[in-house]
Amino acid sequence: MFFQYVFNGIAVGMAYALVAVGYSLVFGILRLINFSHGAVYAFGAHVVLLFIGLRYPIWIGILVSIFLTGILGVLIDKFALAPLRKKKSLPIASLITTIGVSYIIQNLLMIFFGSERKSFPNFFDMGGLNLANVPVTSSQLFLFVISLLLLLVLTLIVKKTRIGLAMQAVEQNTKAAHLMGINVNFVITFTFFLGGASAAIAGALMAGYYQLVYPTMGFLVGLKAFAAAILGGIGILYGSVVGGLVVGLSESLASGYIGGTYRDAAAFVILIIILIIKPTGLFGKKGISKV
Amino acid sequence: MLNIRGLNTRYGQIHALKGIDMRIEKGEIVTLIGSNGAGKSTLLNTISGIVPASGGEILFQGENITNMAPHFIVKRGISMSPEGREVFPALTVAQNLRLGAYSKKAKDLDGSYERVYTLFPRLKERLPQAAGTLSGGEQQMLAIGRALMADPVLLLLDEPSLGLAPNLVLLIFDLIQSINDQGVTILLIEQNANAALSVAHRAYVLETGNITLDGPAEELSQNDAVRRAYLGGK
Ligand SMILES: Nc1ncnc2c1ncn2[C@@H]1O[C@H](COP(=O)(O)OP(=O)(O)OP(=O)(O)O)[C@@H](O)[C@H]1O
Ligand SMILES: [Mg+2]
Repeated sequence: MFFQYVFNGIAVGMAYALVAVGYSLVFGILRLINFSHGAVYAFGAHVVLLFIGLRYPIWIGILVSIFLTGILGVLIDKFALAPLRKKKSLPIASLITTIGVSYIIQNLLMIFFGSERKSFPNFFDMGGLNLANVPVTSSQLFLFVISLLLLLVLTLIVKKTRIGLAMQAVEQNTKAAHLMGINVNFVITFTFFLGGASAAIAGALMAGYYQLVYPTMGFLVGLKAFAAAILGGIGILYGSVVGGLVVGLSESLASGYIGGTYRDAAAFVILIIILIIKPTGLFGKKGISKV
Repeated sequence: MLNIRGLNTRYGQIHALKGIDMRIEKGEIVTLIGSNGAGKSTLLNTISGIVPASGGEILFQGENITNMAPHFIVKRGISMSPEGREVFPALTVAQNLRLGAYSKKAKDLDGSYERVYTLFPRLKERLPQAAGTLSGGEQQMLAIGRALMADPVLLLLDEPSLGLAPNLVLLIFDLIQSINDQGVTILLIEQNANAALSVAHRAYVLETGNITLDGPAEELSQNDAVRRAYLGGK
């Protein structure tokens, strides 16, 4: 059983990591925890569901969802957050706004899709694999590999492209980034798009893995991914991956050995312990503050 | 080249620039002297679009650039090396230089790199080093080199010699001269008014948001009031 728990934990943990980088990317640029991110993830899964209902092949649904959910991320910034930045309002105002936006999205999903749990096809289940008697399922492997690939792509974008360099510049010194001729607003827009797009993919993958979609599905996942981002040291991409794995493994092992009731608490117990030992998270740097 | 008329800048209640008139001709080095808090950095930040103007206008090569977004102003040919260097600490020297020419394509940058390496050979030796680990003087060189990467028409230098050892100060002023010899027009802010006046063609004196004096640098360096206030003379 142990290995089953471990493989489940790793697979789900990678999906958490994918959601966690959304928190990390936006935090890096704006020093803001975007609490609407979990609802954005739920939105992504619902768009795919909509297209399945219209009898489109699932990959079309996912592609459209990546695009629309990315746009949703951008719209949240343009309409709710950018005006606050322009008015130089307190950071807490933006934080509360993201919580508000999260409920608006959830309620809209309830209005259009109903609040009940709807079944979602596991589009990547090819049955159990028999790899040297290791009880890993094809779903787990798929979830793991796709998440890993996407995390690599995100890392490459940030580390190796011109816009990625601009993202790092804005993160380290926004004023100097302006002076370099960087269109900082565009960089922020792009970051929200990346966050939304990766949440859409994570949403579709997790909906397939659990075969379930519902408007509040992003609440706990969002909190856990946030915990993962904090655990790894928010703003640090590989930190989010390690954080995601720690959260995924701890909840999987806790629900296996202690009981399903403790599943959700486990991740947060670990979070608290790690933060007591290392307040900046596993890989976090000291003194993160906006210059 | 640059024409500033009746420029006003406010930070909330603080009225930092109270109607500045200033002009810079092509090929000049113009220096702006004034005591702490006079509004020198504010003027540069307003020109580069970092801080909004609340009145007046800034014309650059005939075009009104007042309150344009900073990235458009950089594209027009104005670059700034800000007060306190403001390099990107976790990025390498090479990345910092690349960012200086952000709006240009990587393949068009050979000449820009060459020019920066010729002026600052030290930077070439340190390309892979994180900018945050450079010495203060090296960071200052990087800040100037980074601003030059955009191949500016007008270079704004905010206290380039701040905190540097005397021999480095001399070096920086030599470099300012050579950058100007290459055809770059320069607006220079300096605490070190003596050195600034010796390298500049013309000078402006800024006092609490107002220009109180201007003229050829040589003339100002002979002016009694200037000598008393800024040159440590009697
Ligand atoms: N961001 C800001 N918010 C509020 N007030 C500001 C801000 N920046 C500058 N000021 C004020 O505007 C005035 C001019 O400041 P500025 O930085 O332009 O002076 P300076 O001439 O560059 O001085 P220094 O020689 O010390 O660099 C000062 O009174 C300063 O306190
Ligand atoms: Mg200043």
